[in-house]
This record gives sequence, C-alpha cells and structure tokens, in this order.
Amino acid sequence: MEAPVFATLAADCVPAAGSAQVSHGVLVFTLSPAELLPTARRLRTEFDFDVFLDVTAVDWLGQTPRFEVVHHFYSTHHKVRVRLKTRVSEAEPVVDSLTALYGSAAIMERECHDMYGIRFHGNADLRPILLYEGFKGHPLRKGYPKQQEQPLVPYIN
Amino acid sequence: MYSRTIPIVPADHSKDGAFEMLTTRKDELIGWARKFSIFPYPFVTACCAMEFMAVSATPYDTDRFGAALPRFSPRQADLLMVVGTVTHKQAPILLKVFEQMCEPKWVMAFGVCATSGGFYQNYAALPGIDRVIPVDIYIPGCPPRPEMVIDGILQLQDKIARSKHLILNDRF
Repeated sequence: MEAPVFATLAADCVPAAGSAQVSHGVLVFTLSPAELLPTARRLRTEFDFDVFLDVTAVDWLGQTPRFEVVHHFYSTHHKVRVRLKTRVSEAEPVVDSLTALYGSAAIMERECHDMYGIRFHGNADLRPILLYEGFKGHPLRKGYPKQQEQPLVPYIN
Repeated sequence: MYSRTIPIVPADHSKDGAFEMLTTRKDELIGWARKFSIFPYPFVTACCAMEFMAVSATPYDTDRFGAALPRFSPRQADLLMVVGTVTHKQAPILLKVFEQMCEPKWVMAFGVCATSGGFYQNYAALPGIDRVIPVDIYIPGCPPRPEMVIDGILQLQDKIARSKHLILNDRF
C-alpha cells in the first residue's frame, strides 16, 4: 500500500540525475551530492516533510565512491517516510549541511562526522559529540581496527 | 481511650560484671568495626543498575551487612561500586571520583563490563576498570545474581577484617 504523496513525489520531485523507488514502505531517492540540498528543501517547503529523523552513512569498502550518506525524513501530515541516498568519495567525503532547513540536523551531522568522517558543508560546529577531543580516525569506518583503543587515562597494568 | 500501666522495675546490676571487659587484637577490632560500616558510592552507568537496585531493596537487602546507605559524595563513601560499562570517555571521571574518596577505601567491580569490558571489545569501552583504578573485589555476571553480589560483599568484609589498618600506631 503506497501513500498518495509518493506518486506526486515520484512524478514531481525526482532530481534530474536521481532515481526513486519504494522499498519497505519508504520512498527512496538516489541522487548526487549537488542535488541533496535542493531536494531536501523542496521536501521541507512544498511537501510537508517536517521531521528530520536521522542522517547516517554506509561504508561500502572496496566500491567507488566509497561512502553513502543516508538521510531520513518524516511527514506528520502524510504519515510517511522518505529516504535520500547520496554517494560521496573517500577523498572528498563532503555533502551539504541541512542545518538551514532543520535545526536538529546540526547534532546528527556531528555524530555522523564522528563515526564516518563525513564533512557537512555549512555546519559550523563539527566537534566530537560522542567521541572525545583527540580521537584519531572514525570508528565505524570498515578500515578502523576492531579493537583499537585510544584511552584517555594511562593504564596502570 | 486505651491506656495501660507500665511497671517500673529497678535495674538489676548484679549480673553486669560478666561483660566488664573483653580482649581482642587492635587490628581485629578496627577491622570488625569497618567491615560492618561500608558506605557505598554507586558509580552506576548501565543496565546493571537494575540489579543493583534489586540487591539493595528489601528481598535481598544489603543493609543486613551494613552496606546499605549510599553516599552520593565520594568524600563520605568508602566503597566505590562501579556498576556497569565504563567507556574511555568516562574513565577520567571514574578516576577523579576514586581520587576524591578518603582512606580507607575499597573498589568493587560489579558485573562483567566493569570487570573486563565484557562483550564490549571495541573503540569505546574500557576493558575492565582495573586498567585505571585498583579493584578489591570482582563480581562477574551479566548481570550478576543478587546472591553473587552478597557473596562479593561478604568476601570484601572478610578481606577488610583480615587486613592491616594503618590508623594503628605505637600509642594505640
């Protein structure tokens, strides 16, 4: 069962270089980094997607581009979710920040930057939020050694 | 209205002489006093807190062993109970709390995470609090049964009773 808004979105909102499909009741857009901010803005202003649920990333080690940044939105009006997927390269893992559209994006982008090292252009405060100052690397990247510790207090034994 | 007369009987002191004195070792006396007045500081970080509440509450009741009244200032406590997972980010806080406790002080690692990190072998978790502070008693289990905690308290009391107490000197 598909929500009526999905047909409107699929007809009207799919970016030029993107694609749309419904997966497990969620409309999924695959698009380029440049199209992310305009698409999110249209979702926010024209289609009533008023809740920014999360931003996270997937590390497809061995593929190019390596990372996939995933945004989730929810509409309290339509009661449906939309997912935006964007691929970024290992050398330049940058997407536009959504802080201008959703205030809560500032916090969730900090976490994504902690864990995957994705940089969000336009987010002025990307300090560690779950990790601590001085932590080297990004622990949820597949290249981070599984048991590598970075203790803050020197071990006594 | 209910009332009754309470008979006033003069105290009989003729038998008190039997308990006028007792003999013991000074270390034993201090150890005996200390082992029944453990004031715990609960450093509670994770799901073991539920088991800590269960063992503190009436059915198991750590009060029976003199270890019931939690002090939320480390300066008033002498048993640091580390209950739950400690992360690397939290380790400086744990060390600071431990250093603020006055002597004599003991540390209990409550649950497998505080003991060894448990199944968290990754970038975030401290693999056992004994990497940072000295530990007197380890209680494994995820979470430990209340009986295990009580057994741990009893073993700690035994350790306190058997140890040297540094307040003893040549004048006492």
